[in-house]
Amino acid sequence: MISARGLAKRYGDKRVFAGVDLDLPDGGFLLVTGPNGSGKTTLLRVLARLAAPTAGRLELPERQTIGYLGHEPLVYRELTPLENLTLFGRLYRLPERGERIGMLLERFGLWEVRHERVASFSRGMQQRLGLCRVLLHSPALLLLDEPTNALDAAGLALLDGVFAEQGRTWVVATHEPGRVEHLATERIAFA
Amino acid sequence: MSYAGDVAALARKDLLLELRAKETLPSMLLFVVSALAIFHFALPRGAGHGAASGLLWVSLVFTALLGLTRAFVAEREQGMFDALVLAPCDRSAIWLGKSIAVFVFLVCAEVVALPAFGAFFSAVDGRTVAAVALADVGICTVGTLFGAMAVAGRARELLLPLLFLPMAIPIVVGGVGGYLWFLALYDVLFTVLAWAAFEYVVAEA
Repeated sequence: MISARGLAKRYGDKRVFAGVDLDLPDGGFLLVTGPNGSGKTTLLRVLARLAAPTAGRLELPERQTIGYLGHEPLVYRELTPLENLTLFGRLYRLPERGERIGMLLERFGLWEVRHERVASFSRGMQQRLGLCRVLLHSPALLLLDEPTNALDAAGLALLDGVFAEQGRTWVVATHEPGRVEHLATERIAFA
Repeated sequence: MSYAGDVAALARKDLLLELRAKETLPSMLLFVVSALAIFHFALPRGAGHGAASGLLWVSLVFTALLGLTRAFVAEREQGMFDALVLAPCDRSAIWLGKSIAVFVFLVCAEVVALPAFGAFFSAVDGRTVAAVALADVGICTVGTLFGAMAVAGRARELLLPLLFLPMAIPIVVGGVGGYLWFLALYDVLFTVLAWAAFEYVVAEA
């Protein structure tokens, strides 16, 4: 699924990370840990093709099979959950998107507020919507950057349910690995 | 879903965002009417139609610049460029959808600006309206490309005018002179270039 050799990233004179070797097979779970500013987010952005590596070789699956959740939920705050997911459903060319969107909104407890603007949501509700967006096109590879951010107990339980799904490959970056430590098949620890 | 469907969905999104936020279009309307009013009082009595026509084009270019400055605010503040470029649609659809939305805002501003110009100076003729319509296409396609480039930069508020205004000089020359063929040529040439270049503007860095 993902293969990397000697992966490195610099911004000008600043080295973010270097010498990352990785073989993550289908169904694998890569846990990326480290303190704030250690390069976790940059590595995920490189794996999402949102940033180019400075050096090294990287093999990734097709763009449409990747789902990426960054620090922000990546949804338009002036649109409703339904409008956001409908837009991305169109861009991802989902054939029966209405059904899929309805199912995700129900699952993440957002169905009742589907016509309300995201700007009025708490950060935790926005994160739930971000998870809906990232799962919308059923990606084979999920890249999640601090996915537990702002989630309450119910939200964390929903996230655990997502992690329990079979058939996906995961890359999860977190500075609090306790919740997903037992799922990891590969680990990268940045200092 | 076709390319046209992607463009329509993205343009609809931008129009919906403006309908909710009501930030860009009211600013453009207020700016263009205020600018024309200022020019009305600043222009010496007896100044010719040519001078007034030049001020109309200055007003329109800076009104467009105001709209272009706001064009990528949602993408910048909410990190939405990441979500859009990750989608498997052709990336130029993002540029075209945004260009169409900016075009709509600019036309709305001109629906008010041209009669206001008629009230302050003299009525615009059909050739001027045609020139404005042709100029809008070039302004929006080129300006949206530069707007996307400026979003990625640090001094984005400075970068957009620095990139856009030199490229607007031919539009003003064509508009003031009423050279419709020149404006049409500009539209075709720079729309194709902007369409082809957008992929590289949003490419990973």
